[in-house]
Order: sequence, then C-alpha cells, then structure tokens
Amino acid sequence: MRKSPVDIDKQNTVIHIRGLYKSFDTVAVLTGMDLDLYKGENVVVLGRSGSGKSVLIKLIAGLLKPDSGTICVAGEEIDQLSPRALQELRLKIGFLYQGSALYDSMTVRENLEFPLVRNSPHLTHEEREDTIREVLENVGLSQSIDKMPSELSGGQKKRVGIARTLILHPDIMLYDEPTAGLDPVTSSDINMLINEVQQKYRTSSVIITHDLTCAKTTGDRIALITDGKFSREGTFEEVFQTGDAEAKKFYDYNFIIDT
Amino acid sequence: MLTGVSHSFDCDHWVLSGNRIALWQIVCMKPASHKYTLYNKLYTTVLSDVYNTCRFVFRFFAEVFRPPYEFREIIRQCYNVGQKSLALVSLTGFITGFVFTNQSRPSLAEFGATSWLPGLISIAIVRALAPLITSLIVAGKVGSNIGAELGSMKVTEQIEAMEVSATNPFKFLVVSRVVATTLMNPLLVFYMAFAGLLGAYINVHQHENTSFAAFFQHGFASISFLDMFASIIKSLVYGFTISITGCYQGYNAAKGTQGVGKAANAAVVASMFLIFIEEMIIVQIVNQLRPS
Repeated sequence: MRKSPVDIDKQNTVIHIRGLYKSFDTVAVLTGMDLDLYKGENVVVLGRSGSGKSVLIKLIAGLLKPDSGTICVAGEEIDQLSPRALQELRLKIGFLYQGSALYDSMTVRENLEFPLVRNSPHLTHEEREDTIREVLENVGLSQSIDKMPSELSGGQKKRVGIARTLILHPDIMLYDEPTAGLDPVTSSDINMLINEVQQKYRTSSVIITHDLTCAKTTGDRIALITDGKFSREGTFEEVFQTGDAEAKKFYDYNFIIDT
Repeated sequence: MLTGVSHSFDCDHWVLSGNRIALWQIVCMKPASHKYTLYNKLYTTVLSDVYNTCRFVFRFFAEVFRPPYEFREIIRQCYNVGQKSLALVSLTGFITGFVFTNQSRPSLAEFGATSWLPGLISIAIVRALAPLITSLIVAGKVGSNIGAELGSMKVTEQIEAMEVSATNPFKFLVVSRVVATTLMNPLLVFYMAFAGLLGAYINVHQHENTSFAAFFQHGFASISFLDMFASIIKSLVYGFTISITGCYQGYNAAKGTQGVGKAANAAVVASMFLIFIEEMIIVQIVNQLRPS
C-alpha cells in the first residue's frame, strides 16, 4: 500500500545531523553521516544488520555519545546538554524498541502510568486514567488495560509500546524495527498505526527497518545506509529505481506488494 | 603432542579447535609477553571494577537524598524483601537456636554449668549468628533476585526505555531496592534472633525444665547495649552490601541471557564474600570498644 501524502513543513527542521562519527573499539559504525528530518515527516532508514541504524537513533535519543559531529534535536545540540536538560528534551522524544521493552512486572495500565506519573505530576488520578484509556483506544487495545505484557502477542506489545511513548505527546518518534518478528498482517496494522500517529499527533519520525513494505508504507523519504553513511536518499522510487547495486540487493530480497 | 592440532603448510599457521588455541597461545606462542598481558589485563579489570563499584556507590548517595522520592516503590520493595524472606528466616532461626543449644550442652555439662546456657546462647545469637545467618539468607534470596531482575531488565532494554521516557531508572530501580533492603535487614535479624532464642528455649525447657520467663531474663541479662547496637550496625551494613552488590551486578549485566545468570550468581558470591570481610572488621572494632 502506498502512503497518502502528508503535510511536511520543510522550513522547520526537528533533527539536524552533520558529520556524525561513531565507532566501537576499532570498528567505525557511522562515518560522517548527515541527516535532516522536517516537521511532520517520516524518514525511513534502511541498511543491513550492523550498519549502524540502531546506533543512529540511540545517538539521537542521547543514549550514546558521538565521537564527533553534531546532532541537533528540536534546536538543542544533544551532546552539549546537562543531564537535566537532556531529560527535559527526552519528553519530546518517543522511542519504540524492537522488543517493545515493556516493564514486565507491571500491567499495561502501570506501563502507561509510569512515565505519566513522573512527568505530569499535576494530573489527578481521573485525568491520568482518562489519558491512558484515550491512548490505548487510539492504538486499539483498550480491552487489554489490565493484562501483563507476558499475556500480549508480539503485535499487541508493539501497540502498547507505541501507546507508552504517545502518552507524553512527543514531537519526534523513533521506531527501531517496528515490524520485526511480526506476521505480514500484523506488520501491515503496525504500519497503518505509524501513519495514524504521524497524522493524529503531528509527529516527525525516524523509522529503522529492513522491511521494504514498512519503508514504502510509512516513509515520506527513504535513506539507505552503506559503509556508515547515507548512500542514497529520496522517495522510495528514487532510491530503488536507479540500478544502484546496494539498493538492488535490498529490493531483490524483499517481496513488495504494490496495490 | 597436542591432539586435534592440524597444520596448514601454505600459510605457516597452526589451526586448532576449541579451547586448545588459547592454551597453545599461552603455553607456546607468546610465553613472556602473554604472561605480562594476562597480569596486566587482570590488574586493569580488577581496578576498573573497583572504580566502577565506587562510582555506583557514590551515585547512590548522590541520588538517595535528592527528590523526587519513590516512596511507593520503596514500600513495595520492603514487602518483597521482608515478607518473602520471613518463612525461611523463621525456620532457619528456630533450627539454629535449637541445634546450637543441643551442641553446646555437653561441653557445659562437663563443668556442671548448663545454667549458663541461656546467657551463652543469647550472646552467640544476638552478637554473631543472627546478623550473619540472616544476611547470608537475604544475600541468597534477595541479592540473587535483585541481580537477576535488573539484569533481565537491562538485557531487554527496559532500563534504557525508562531513561528514554525521561525518568531516572537509577532512582526507581537501585535507590528503592537498596533503601528497602538496608531497612528490612535489621528487622529480619531481630526477628531471627527471637526465633533462634525460641528454639533454644524449647531445647533448654526439654532438658532443664526452665521457665520461659527465667530463660529470657537470664538471656537478656547477658546482652549489653553494645551487643544490640553492633548487631543493628552489622545488619544495616550487610543489608546495604547485599542490595548494592545485587543492583551493581544487575544494572551492569552484559547482553544476553547468560549475562542475567552471571549477574545473579555474582550478586550472591560477591555479597557473601563482602559480608564475611565486613563481619571480621566490625567484630574487631566492637571488641576494641568493649570494656574489658
């Protein structure tokens, strides 16, 4: 399914990355990466396993420090921020982990309540409950509010993971392999949900994946990582209809359904 | 001759399988430099471990007094530490008191001094057995639980997810567990001392027909304020050691399920080892303070 056009504000850059380098021991993972994410835009980052996709979003979230280069998120240079300022900036960022990373000793309600209680202490119990129910309804899981994460399917976990990030109304969403390990139908549901989140919450997103169906369905722009930097960038067609060897390899090994 | 060694002549490079390559390298390939490297590596690992542990402890003291406070989580953890260890502590305490009395009787009977049993048992239980045995039980039950739980959270990126959702995982996970264990351990120690004395009383009553009041009156008369105070200090120190070790191991667990097991195991082994060292130091200090 092709993505319907969305309103992207190209005058407003929410993530601005220039000359980003990151290495682990002697292995250089990112070697001079540049990226701009505009307000309201979904950028899909494609690349092979170990190409540094997850490292890129962990750098954006301030979980890792870059070796060199600049990362500006919502106008703030992330590696220059104090721990308190970084914590405040993180309120604007939602992060969906590949394994959802739900707190497995808490129910779905408690998982959603956890960031809310700590970051919006002024809310009354009723207001918190309403917010939780509203967000769960938006991801289509209102009936699972009292379930433990172990009682949920992979797709439901991803939905709760998305709900937990949405509860703080972030401006930027970072998705790490949102469809990994899911069947095609559930993957399609998650892709739709990502688009709904973009439109309803007006979020800008970086989506890490190697699922081309996900890339085509959710991405306004695709960026392909090769050797630690983006080798190709553009719409799905611009990236994959060029005869580029790396892009061709990716395309050939994925089954694309175009309707 | 090493078995399982093959030789490829074209590249002049020994090809070995399994662990033999490491053994071969240590014994034959780099005799002098490897020994140095091994010591150097061990030295660096130990030093960096000590440094990281100290940083972890300092971070705890920096965070514990800083708001916001996680009272609800502290109470939940108090319940986990205290209530869940109660049955084990009761049984162990009772058996310790009963068996210790039984074993001490023949020695005292030789001198016709079995009337000293309540005093002897009380001193032994309050001064040494209760703090030490309770803390070892807590290390086994609570320490391993903390190590495994935090290790599992680390491996499944739950700790990172807390950090990303603008909350402080150290305060929620580490501070609450350390405070709860440090507070609950003295309560468990005194509860165990009571269970131990009860076991001792039943044994004494069976043989000497001593009354409950006489046993406890005699027992408490032998215990000084310093004994009680030292026990409280010991149990606080041991509780802190158990929880901070468990948290450190879990919080820094390596990736993978193997890391969770290692964290749980290291939490128990390291905290038990530290408890014995602390016991030795505290006993020396208390003996210096004790009026001769």
